[in-house]
Amino acid sequence: MKKRDYILTVFSENRVGLLNQICTVLICKNVNIETLTTSESALAGVHKFTIYVQSTPEEIDLIAKQIEKKVDIMKVFVYTPDEVVMQEIALFKVSRGKSIERIIREHSVRILEVGDDYMVLERTGHTEDTQALLKLLQPYGVQQFVRSGLVAVIKAENEGVSSYLEERLRQKLAEESAEAGK
Amino acid sequence: MTKEDNMMTGAQALMECMLAEGIDTIFGYPGGSILPVYNAMYDYRDRIHHVLVRHEQAAVHAAQGYARASGKVGVVVVTSGPGATNTVSGLADAMMDSTPLVLISGQVGSGSLGTDAFQEVNFVGITQAVTKWNIQIKRPEDLPAAFAKAFYVARSGRPGPVVIDFSKDAQTNSAPFHYEKNREHSILSYCPYPNIDMAKIDEAAALINLAKRPIAMIGQGVTLAGAEKELYNFLEKSGMPVASTLLGLSAIPSDHPQYVGMLGMHGNYGPNVKNKDYDLVVAIGMRFDDRVISNANTFACNAQVIHLDIDNAEISKLIYADVPVLGDAKETLPKITRRLQPRNHSEWIKEFRACDRIEMEAVIYPSIKPRTPYLRMAEVASAISEAYNHKAILVTDVGQHQMAAVRYFKYTSPRSVITSGGMGTMGFGVPAAIGAKISMPERDVILFVGDGGMQMNMQEMCTAMQENAHIRIVLLSNNYLGMVRQWQELFYDRRYSATPISNPDYEHIAAAYNFGFRRVERHDDLQAAIEEMKSYNGPFLLQACCEQEENIFPMVPAGASVTDVRLE
Ligand SMILES: Cc1ncc(C[n+]2csc(CCOP(=O)(O)OP(=O)(O)O)c2C)c(N)n1
Ligand SMILES: [Mg+2]
Repeated sequence: MKKRDYILTVFSENRVGLLNQICTVLICKNVNIETLTTSESALAGVHKFTIYVQSTPEEIDLIAKQIEKKVDIMKVFVYTPDEVVMQEIALFKVSRGKSIERIIREHSVRILEVGDDYMVLERTGHTEDTQALLKLLQPYGVQQFVRSGLVAVIKAENEGVSSYLEERLRQKLAEESAEAGK
Repeated sequence: MTKEDNMMTGAQALMECMLAEGIDTIFGYPGGSILPVYNAMYDYRDRIHHVLVRHEQAAVHAAQGYARASGKVGVVVVTSGPGATNTVSGLADAMMDSTPLVLISGQVGSGSLGTDAFQEVNFVGITQAVTKWNIQIKRPEDLPAAFAKAFYVARSGRPGPVVIDFSKDAQTNSAPFHYEKNREHSILSYCPYPNIDMAKIDEAAALINLAKRPIAMIGQGVTLAGAEKELYNFLEKSGMPVASTLLGLSAIPSDHPQYVGMLGMHGNYGPNVKNKDYDLVVAIGMRFDDRVISNANTFACNAQVIHLDIDNAEISKLIYADVPVLGDAKETLPKITRRLQPRNHSEWIKEFRACDRIEMEAVIYPSIKPRTPYLRMAEVASAISEAYNHKAILVTDVGQHQMAAVRYFKYTSPRSVITSGGMGTMGFGVPAAIGAKISMPERDVILFVGDGGMQMNMQEMCTAMQENAHIRIVLLSNNYLGMVRQWQELFYDRRYSATPISNPDYEHIAAAYNFGFRRVERHDDLQAAIEEMKSYNGPFLLQACCEQEENIFPMVPAGASVTDVRLE
């Protein structure tokens, strides 16, 4: 079966070793992480991993379920690229020169810093965009290059995790008050 | 619940945590990094019994036997480094077979973590893949909540092993102690009991009501849920035949009129050979292990599948579930049963009885009443089951003797089979039997073990001696790693590479460990030997010297369709 691009968003408690737990599942399935970004989410105390992988529809569902099964993981969602707005950021350290300035003007590149003989450039976009720019710059000498993992927000109305958390908190409060009533 | 904030060391707090959870037996082995815990344990020795094993792997297997025989959580305490790493096989086994365990490992002082200190090992890292959850505790104040969570996680939902890695300074430092049990909803990220989807219940019932050739396939989930009664009611109303996985055995009595046998590679003929005839499979707390389905593309290929399980990750993992019913079987089963029309499938069940007769002729009868001079494993298992009125707890190791024992024992009450299923861990048997006997002293515990597996954890006979645990070890010796030899015979041209195995003189071994002993080689001596074992007041080793090149049949060759099950 042909592999497709998927974006996994994993919501978890913020605990040591969680990335390892997620990786354990991916390693078992022999799935390579193309990119990975972790940060806090919009919800207090909830951590978010955005993982870009290639997989098949059946396999990605199993992976999501097996990650979600981990005790510290709250929710896992699987998206295809058309369901999200996604960006990567790339930084380039290049030598200064006339031709480079032309490329900068034509390719909506931001200049972050200018030194005596170098410039640091920033470009956000999809992988193809930053890759294309890298190709263009290479003939003029790219001293350093780095591209971030993919970050994504989903187009749908809300992230499923907020309703999950609301429900869990409601259950928790109900349980505590039932206990107190005893 | 203790309310007063009394100060105590982390080590003492651990003992108080155990008491709060009702733990009265633990299995373990001391060492440097866990010394403070053992020191505290000394003051609790009248309330918490510590079973000293002879190898940490055995501590885990013993705790597994303890947990599986009783339904309680097994508890293990070991030291850091080698003590901890010795437990990994046991943890993996417990993870595969969903056994609730809490293992406390000592760890070097938190100041030395990450410095390659003496007996330091990254145990949280190592055990991540073989535990349901794990945590490292570096401060005594963090222990009670972590313990409550560990204990809850281990036994709730789909049970499994949990590790608490307890640094030495957290054991010696003091903090106020306050224990509160974990509640169902206190861990936000963990919902062990999913909400039941009533639409799926309706769909499942509708399919069952229409089915012409349905079969229920039960697994250990029934036992873990304590849903034996609910299963019984379901079977009575649906009238459908029921087959069991290896770990599901004993959830219903073997003589139940609808029971048609064991599934899997060495299961019974009927439930395998009729696989293509099923129009509906109702899987209850089982996970379609590859030893059961053999070939995922052909398994139950004409059937729809209803899958009742508490673990969402098992749904459609290997076999697509047309109707997934997520939840605890104890709750979901009665909901389905209520919606069923009473049915009678006796004509359908008769077809299995015809298969039983074929298996009886070809395999069973020649195995339990052999015409050859040598003892056969089936004959021994069948006679022993009978001698104990089919009421004993059967524990097994892994190999041919395991398959012979589980096939030829009969079961009359739940929790009567303790065997290593998912991992197939040789060496499981001796310690698991000791654990089972300690948790259920009033039941007879009979271990079946091969001459390979016996020597993988034979040192635990000494634990049985020290604990005065009256286990019965039935050693089926064939001077081969028999199950591997069988594969070499059938699939590798009889090239017996590294499978012949010689044995020590077990009479001497038994005497050394203060076990009663009897060796049998002839059919005629079997009954007397069994009687001697039965009446012996103490642990007993019965060595049955069996035919050396016996094969276990029926057999589904690996990867074949289960309908291609071979009788010879
Ligand atoms: C720890 C471990 N090592 C190796 C195996 C592979 N294995 C499975 S069955 C078996 C042979 C067991 O021999 P024995 O204990 O004599 O039992 P028999 O099959 O002869 O009854 C072996 C080596 C295993 N299951 N577990
Ligand atoms: Mg053997």
